[in-house]
Amino acid sequence: MFDEYTFEELKAILIMQSFGGLSLLCIYVLMGLGLYVVFGQMKVINMAHAEFLVIGSYTMCLASKFVIEVMPEFINYYLWVAIPLAFVVAFIVGWIIEWILISRLYHRPLDTLLATWGLSLIMQQCFRTFIGAREMSATLPEWLMGSWAPTDIIDIPINGLVILATTIILTVGLVFFTNKTRWGLRMRSTSQNRQMSQALGINTKVTDRFTFALACGISGIGGAFLTTVVSTSPTAGTTYIVDSFLVLVLGGLGSLFGLVISGGFLALLSSILEFFMSGSVAKVWLYLIIFVVLAKFTKGLFSSNIRS
Amino acid sequence: MKLKLHSKMYSLLLMAMAGPTGHVIAEEFPTAKVNTTGLAVTDTTVTVGQLHSITGTMAISETGSVEAERLAIEQINAMGGVLGRQIKIVQEDGASDWPTFAEKSKKLITQDKVACVFGCWTSASRKAVLPIFEKENNMLYYPTFYEGLEDSKNVIYTGQEATQQIIYGLDWAYENLGARTFYLIGSDYIWPRTSMKIARAHIERYLKKKDPKCKVVGEEYYPLGHTNFGTLINKVKLKKPDLMFTAVVGGSNVAWYKQLKAAGVTSKKYDMLTISTTEDEVLGIGGVNCEGFYSSMKYFQSIDTAENKAFVKAFKARWGDDSVIGDVTQAAYLGPWLWKKTVEKAGSFDIDKIAAASGGIEFKDAPEGFVRIHDTNHHLWSKSKIGKFLKNGQFEIISTSSELIEPNPYPKGYQ
Repeated sequence: MFDEYTFEELKAILIMQSFGGLSLLCIYVLMGLGLYVVFGQMKVINMAHAEFLVIGSYTMCLASKFVIEVMPEFINYYLWVAIPLAFVVAFIVGWIIEWILISRLYHRPLDTLLATWGLSLIMQQCFRTFIGAREMSATLPEWLMGSWAPTDIIDIPINGLVILATTIILTVGLVFFTNKTRWGLRMRSTSQNRQMSQALGINTKVTDRFTFALACGISGIGGAFLTTVVSTSPTAGTTYIVDSFLVLVLGGLGSLFGLVISGGFLALLSSILEFFMSGSVAKVWLYLIIFVVLAKFTKGLFSSNIRS
Repeated sequence: MKLKLHSKMYSLLLMAMAGPTGHVIAEEFPTAKVNTTGLAVTDTTVTVGQLHSITGTMAISETGSVEAERLAIEQINAMGGVLGRQIKIVQEDGASDWPTFAEKSKKLITQDKVACVFGCWTSASRKAVLPIFEKENNMLYYPTFYEGLEDSKNVIYTGQEATQQIIYGLDWAYENLGARTFYLIGSDYIWPRTSMKIARAHIERYLKKKDPKCKVVGEEYYPLGHTNFGTLINKVKLKKPDLMFTAVVGGSNVAWYKQLKAAGVTSKKYDMLTISTTEDEVLGIGGVNCEGFYSSMKYFQSIDTAENKAFVKAFKARWGDDSVIGDVTQAAYLGPWLWKKTVEKAGSFDIDKIAAASGGIEFKDAPEGFVRIHDTNHHLWSKSKIGKFLKNGQFEIISTSSELIEPNPYPKGYQ
């Protein structure tokens, strides 16, 4: 099938495909990161996870709307305020929800599943009622939407580069935070042995609340970046949640390394499959392969030992 | 304050529209005579049904249709109603769920005894209610452009069927963009698949006769809600088609245009003709992301006629200055007017008489321009148009078919 193309063209496509796969990996990681923190550290399955992504997206959309109406000259820079804002908004909502709902359900994992699913429906309806049923898009600065063209045929999307950088910063930051800071230490000790941590004077309630809110905040940032790729609607979360769980489960529930590797595995697979077949058929094969992999490695590619 | 102003402007407009036209007096048409089948028609009122999704994923798309139908009905009422009777609406919510559509349509027809129903949007919802309309014998005015291959006595299709949109669009691209190689891209369900089948047949059987270089270099479908088009875009770059011919819908649409732009596939280097993106969708996508591409529709908000300007003005006065009007919204607006004209021609609300009288009904002052219901199938003769996406979310109309295009829901040679 490649006879009619020159070597240069094929090389360019290979480079762009590789970069596309890398971007996809980043999107998978951004989607799964918050879910990983909540499950990995707290063993709570948060079905409303995707709605926190959507909160981040909406923050971005509304911020861009505000900037355009009030101070259009800042359109090129507002990103640097909107992204921390997405974190803060999602963090605060997460904090409140942990306090009202999740904290009461720690010993009832199945009830958490049901309660967070209900929460996701409530949040979707809130978006619809208070923000509107229509799809929204953030107006992004011109520099972010273009492409960088090192040669005539190669185009590297700039938003892909930005997403790549963000993913690296977030992931490394998270590793640093959990391993090198006091809060991280409290998070880890609470997740390993709650009673012992309490005996040592760690306020596990506040730690839980903080961990949950942090996970939501990270999802908020992820959601803010998703606006560069897709649009936002009240039910946008329903499409994210499947991918989020897929990457988490495949990575072995609660291992950050596994999350990145499974994100890479999924990205590689779908990039290759979609290149050689039509989209829908590729999707069928993708799920079939995942099914076989999970049948073989029942605990995911990298299972963790936390709270086994 | 803003609201007050709106309603004031609106009532002024209504009065202006009602104008000098003579009011039909209900006494001339006694109820016993115009309603022999027990529909909800009294001496002063007639009840119709409205069945769209107010909740769920389709609510975003169907809201415009609900608003347009209401506007038309309010305007008709201000002019004196239908056969001297004011139109009352019973509205039901299909909730983006096809069995719910079926259930609610049955309720409207058998309990509320509505005289007709304006409703449905997706083909799936229409297919769900169709057997009920046929069995209970009622009339549905359906607004969406769709795949064709259907023609029911109990449905009036006010949008275009596939051939009207596609063949004109492809011929235009062949003539004006010099398109010889085509990449067909769609969401994966009945409408894009049927549409692309027609497109492929047209390219391979008809355009090829004009120029043997014409061919389809790729044909792909992606699941609804798919959001990662990176690989597809690379394939397009490799095959370098003269034209991307697309029918991508819903949330995928936004991802598709944004990623095209991010990958450097802009209208400066590539041509794209879509049959699925209207002003409504551009709201979500952002005008900058689709600037310069083309869309094949029968209506654009920017049509420069007095009739359309009056319609746009009335719509904005009623539903807010921010509203945009896409192809389907306008087609929904036609429904109540066509029904009124048909009832007046038949001199009756009876479904059988309306079904028989529909053929040949004309609407001269429609926003999109003159339309006529086909004599033998229940679709509209209409003029197809090509619009070029502008940065502000509107379209510049590049081309309009010189003649009304005949609806052909069962196209021979395209199956």
